[in-house]
Amino acid sequence: MEHNKRNHSALSAIFNEDEKRVDWHDETLWFVRSKRDRAVHNVPEWEQLREYGSEIKNHTLSNLDQYLIEFEKKARSNGIHIHWAEDAKEHNEIISEIIRNNQVKHVVKSKSMLTEECDLNSYLTSQGIEVIDTDLGEYIVQLRKEHPSHIVLPAIHLKREDVSNTFHSHLHTEKGNNNPQYLAEAARQHMRRKFIFSELAITGVNFAVAETGGFVVCTNEGNADMGAHAAGIHIACMGIEKIIPKAEHLGVFLRLLTRSATGQPITVYSSHFHKPRNGQQMHVVIVDNGRTRQLGRPDFRNSLKCIRCGACFNTCPVYRRSGGHSYHSAVAGPIGAILNPNINMQENADLPFASTLCGSCSNVCPVKIDIHDQLWKWRQALTKKGHVSSGKRLGMKMMSFVVSYPSIYRVAGRTGRWIMRYFPSLLANKTINSWYKQREMPVPPRQSFRTWYFKNKK
Amino acid sequence: MKVGLFVPCYIDQFYPRVAVATVELLERLNCEVIFPLNQTCCGQPMANSGFAGLAKGCNKNFVENFSNFDYVVSPSGSCVLHIKEHLTDENEDAALHIRRHVFELTEFLLDVLKVEKLPSNFPHKVGVHVGCHGQRGLHVCSMSELVASPFSKPEKLLSMVKNLQMMLPERWDECCGFGGTFSVFEEAVSVKMGKDRIREHKENQVEYITSTDVSCLMHLEGILRRKKSDIRVIHIAEILNAI
Ligand code: SF4
Repeated sequence: MEHNKRNHSALSAIFNEDEKRVDWHDETLWFVRSKRDRAVHNVPEWEQLREYGSEIKNHTLSNLDQYLIEFEKKARSNGIHIHWAEDAKEHNEIISEIIRNNQVKHVVKSKSMLTEECDLNSYLTSQGIEVIDTDLGEYIVQLRKEHPSHIVLPAIHLKREDVSNTFHSHLHTEKGNNNPQYLAEAARQHMRRKFIFSELAITGVNFAVAETGGFVVCTNEGNADMGAHAAGIHIACMGIEKIIPKAEHLGVFLRLLTRSATGQPITVYSSHFHKPRNGQQMHVVIVDNGRTRQLGRPDFRNSLKCIRCGACFNTCPVYRRSGGHSYHSAVAGPIGAILNPNINMQENADLPFASTLCGSCSNVCPVKIDIHDQLWKWRQALTKKGHVSSGKRLGMKMMSFVVSYPSIYRVAGRTGRWIMRYFPSLLANKTINSWYKQREMPVPPRQSFRTWYFKNKK
Repeated sequence: MKVGLFVPCYIDQFYPRVAVATVELLERLNCEVIFPLNQTCCGQPMANSGFAGLAKGCNKNFVENFSNFDYVVSPSGSCVLHIKEHLTDENEDAALHIRRHVFELTEFLLDVLKVEKLPSNFPHKVGVHVGCHGQRGLHVCSMSELVASPFSKPEKLLSMVKNLQMMLPERWDECCGFGGTFSVFEEAVSVKMGKDRIREHKENQVEYITSTDVSCLMHLEGILRRKKSDIRVIHIAEILNAI
């Protein structure tokens, strides 16, 4: 594991080679966290609201089957086509079939982390179907053939000049013009044409309401609406956990979501879709992709409460200093670190260790997911399943032995301090001792506390 | 009142002065302080690395050493949190008794001993580093993420110290990046986090950085010394014990 390049530790070490950029990344995200703080401190009942959000989600997860069936029934009676997908492959196939059946060539997509999780873009591209991401941030990363580095702010890892260079080579904007307004306008003009010619729009779903069979999509740019209203076919993709029982519950979640995400009181567009307009087709694809497996893990099931606000990313001191791509997954950050091992334990065994367990994530989470406790529990589950290097296992076994026997422990402690005191060079090797690379070892004192205690107190 | 003193291994070996200060301080406040000689470790390093299962022998030993005290006190928020949350043993009642009666030093001083004034004097400019486990785990102070009234046990105690000038960094409760084995397995991010904490304290021109956790201080000191900084680290027990 430690030797695998595709792990958080190695990737974040690369990210840290450019310290100025790390500072910039950290400060940019801290700014968002601070905006969140200001917004939530203006709501005296904030903690109560989080509790409501958490309880509604807990209840829903315990009755998920019932609410999904209720949603399906209502939505169908409203004229919406409902599709069920067991995994990412089925999800992609369902969408490509709708596209083929309708002989569609041009597809626009607004932000949906689920389609990222299912890698829909590459699937459709391989079928010769053009998909354009219309969220500005997603559009930028799409042009760069990258993945989003953050679930709410997909291009947060890029500076203005990076965007300017990307637009210069793809959209032929002026070289070196870093003016955000100019760049956004160029993207807007380009996208407008795509919107006009698109025949089919794919969106995500923030909340699906069982009671009404409708769903809500939240965006700041209005691109989901533009897509859905211009195209003849609207496909909305949702994970099974997006369901909420009643429309009135939106009064809790819409208040929580954007304050947590960006510090805005509400998203600029919170669009409610209930039925297709005349002549339009509306589809909802409901996806499992491992979620029921997670639901069956008592320690981790409540990670499904997540409303994808991104607050845990912005507050995470590790995420801010390692960048989203170091999590090598569609969903990065603290929530990604507890969701991804469920999808693939082997490949994501490093992620629960990419944390100091400081607990800030659990505190900002608007639906009170115990993120840092789950990180700890994933560590136990992963080592039990053998996803750990043999060196680490051996080290821990030795430690376990030493601390189980007081007399051995005393000798070990004395020897350790003695070696450090008289042969510090043994430990001062930057390649074998990663503590020492940028830090001094503590200076071993003449006597341990134990010795002092014997001399003075016994 | 009979107090069992738990001294984490790295304090015993590298920072004995912190444990000495804790003993002297508690004795001055009329506690009978006993250091059970067969104690080893709280088991946290193994558990946080995903090997809680290997901590059995360690836990058993902990329970044997500490079950006969009114209170167990330690100058380490992190270890105390671990014991409080995860100490289990075949001797369930004893383990439970310990979990309910284990205190981090500042909590113990304020919540159990109800200390209202101290004779301490420390004429220096001191930056306060909030250790995450003491804060978000044990709630020794309020948290910037939550909408709740602010309070801080360490700051309350420090405010009793004469001539001490307390300084808080702007991001006053951001993690220092130690995180146990995180500090070596995620070396780059760990050190960067530490450097960023230090930068803020340096801007405040502090002479010392203090904390309720020696582990955070050991990490910060490692970076400070490498950078040949003249800022020193000091545990809160040492300040409260300074007269
Ligand atoms: S885990 Fe909580 S804080 Fe993180 S994205 Fe999900 S809802 Fe937001």
